[in-house]
Amino acid sequence: MFSKGTKRKFSDGGEEISDEGLVGARVASSYSLQRQSLLDMSLIKLQLCHMLVEPNLCRSVLIANTVRQIQEEMTHDGSWHMVTEAFCGAGQSPSERLVATEVLCRSREQDAEPKLFSVISYEGCREEEVVADETLCSVSVSDTVSNVCLAGRIGQCWEKNELSGVERDEEALEDSRLGSGEDEEVDTEDEASTEGPKTIGQVFGTFEIKNGSPGPDSALEELFSDVDTSYYDLDTMLTGMQSAPKMGPYDLLDSLGPSHGSPSIVSTPNCRSDLNELDHIMEIIVGS
Amino acid sequence: MDGDGDGQSRWCLSQVKGAVDDDVAEADIISAVEFNHSGELLATGDRGGRIVIFQQEQESKNLPQCHAEYNVYSTFQSHEPEFDYLKSLEIEEKINKIRWLPQKNAAHFLLSTNDKTIKLWKISERDKRPEGYNLKEEDGRYRHPSSLTTLRVPVFQPMDLMVEASPRRVYANAHTYHINSISVNSDNETYLSADDLRINLWHLDFTDRSFNIVDIKPANMEELTEVITASEFHPLQCNTFVYGSSKGSVRLCDMRASALCDQHSKLFEEPEDPSTRSFFSEIISSISDVKFSHSGRYMMTRDYLTLKIWDLHMESRPVEIYQVHGYLRSKLCSLYENDCIFDKFECCWRGDDSEVMTGSYNNFFRMFDRDAQRDATLEATWENGSPGCPLKTWRVSAGSRRKRNEIGVDCLDFSRKILYTSWHPQDNIVALATVNNLYIFQEKLN
Repeated sequence: MFSKGTKRKFSDGGEEISDEGLVGARVASSYSLQRQSLLDMSLIKLQLCHMLVEPNLCRSVLIANTVRQIQEEMTHDGSWHMVTEAFCGAGQSPSERLVATEVLCRSREQDAEPKLFSVISYEGCREEEVVADETLCSVSVSDTVSNVCLAGRIGQCWEKNELSGVERDEEALEDSRLGSGEDEEVDTEDEASTEGPKTIGQVFGTFEIKNGSPGPDSALEELFSDVDTSYYDLDTMLTGMQSAPKMGPYDLLDSLGPSHGSPSIVSTPNCRSDLNELDHIMEIIVGS
Repeated sequence: MDGDGDGQSRWCLSQVKGAVDDDVAEADIISAVEFNHSGELLATGDRGGRIVIFQQEQESKNLPQCHAEYNVYSTFQSHEPEFDYLKSLEIEEKINKIRWLPQKNAAHFLLSTNDKTIKLWKISERDKRPEGYNLKEEDGRYRHPSSLTTLRVPVFQPMDLMVEASPRRVYANAHTYHINSISVNSDNETYLSADDLRINLWHLDFTDRSFNIVDIKPANMEELTEVITASEFHPLQCNTFVYGSSKGSVRLCDMRASALCDQHSKLFEEPEDPSTRSFFSEIISSISDVKFSHSGRYMMTRDYLTLKIWDLHMESRPVEIYQVHGYLRSKLCSLYENDCIFDKFECCWRGDDSEVMTGSYNNFFRMFDRDAQRDATLEATWENGSPGCPLKTWRVSAGSRRKRNEIGVDCLDFSRKILYTSWHPQDNIVALATVNNLYIFQEKLN
């Protein structure tokens, strides 16, 4: 289990924030905390709805859209704002940081359509070798490069940290999902699954019965431990290190068996706290 | 605005059906309510897959002060629970919708549906039986041939009325997702069934085929962001139907335009008010019900907080908007938490389209008089009110005050909700379902 970071608080992370800014910061902080709890709630709802005998597709779609909205806003407003604040303090200009990620954006071409910030799974945190890149690339296509690359990066952070846990659990509870019954759909979705992304398609009912997935309890624990963790751990941002995502996709991959990912990824150790983020991403690229 | 100045409405409680104790079996929870085209019959469906049909008594129509009572006419098991072995999923037997066919002969026909299967039921009466067979005794035993000395012609003798319900058609295996709507066409030959992603057109006589007329399933299910929530045929034009979506838009389609009506003919969507935008905006805009007016000129949509009346000739915005329970706008987060924000309320028109009604929480229901531009909040309760006594109107205030006929929004009981309503096609009688009770209200006639 990865170490639990402290939940980001405006007042904690910014000694350099002025006093006048603190009041505004606290207001913003409560909003972002509320938003955070809404996101947590939504993810739990999505998780739980897969355990039901008959998940309600309309409800799942609405919750998923809500999660996506929250993530978009957090990326473009909250985290983005936080990150720029942090960078100003750290002396590293945002643009410099962006360049680095932009390079990553370009390093791998995918057939990713210009999907707007796909939150839950769209880029598939389960998408083994290209988790980071696909997210970054797909986001960069749809929006201005500077905004989006960093956003994509944060999005990757989202997906890996939190949603991967959700995703894996969604998969684990596949058979409780509303499935598509027709043969043709079974075929196409089986195809899609072998290509890679086990995504919200699972939520909305692909006809797949997963083997070898661990019991729901461990998945739940993982999910809830994700929920408590800092999503924007400011420290990790500053040090360029992702403390959270180390677990998610890799546990997932381990559990899902041989159809996913290259061996190098599958064998990745659990705790990535010591690994530099950039190196980590490059390893994924290279590893594929 | 309340109905009358003195807080009294024109409506009074007529009947309550169902058990009145607090312990409600899941199977008894009512999930569909529908008057037939004459109003003589009232059908209810429940989560146990049963249908109960009530019939209006004829005799007491002579009483001037009130309409006749409804009594049980027929009860039958429409759908049984099923298990889909392929997907390891239970298919609930809960009745999602009931729609009556216009009456063509002595028998009554209705369509009932659960999540996956639609059935056509014939309800017929038998009040005579043949008696006087030569070879059989009355109890069915065969008579000894040697005892036969004369021949006689069997005759029909009256018997106690027996109402039989028999399934005439079963329309199965056409829906991958959960059926949310059925609607009989004005041509009385076809009907549509809609699930979350597709709408199919059936001919009543054929169960082995249906035509897909709307398909919004994306090629990649990961891109799914919108589902179909309700659908209905136009009451007069047999080529026109509408469907509402989870994003708050309603599309009108013309089946003459193409075989697959993925391209809408009209799109009814109100632009979002940016000042009220929140994370819940999309959820509360999701259309839970869409109903054409009897005239066919207007269409009503219900979303979580409002009722909107649309003129079919104007797509840009509704012509009338009614706030059902605007005081919930500040509670959306809690309602999201307890899932109430996903409740799907139905709505219905009065026979002459001058009024509309819909349900709310705390067993309240809302009546909107379009002509007089007045609205009333009434409560469905069997306590403190005898049949025939006019209902008092309620007000909901902020906070948790409770006064006579005023209740604070914090005191509302969100477990008591009225989702299903139906208005008699001619008279001012409304039927609505609380969790397990059917309430019938009548307007005072004098």
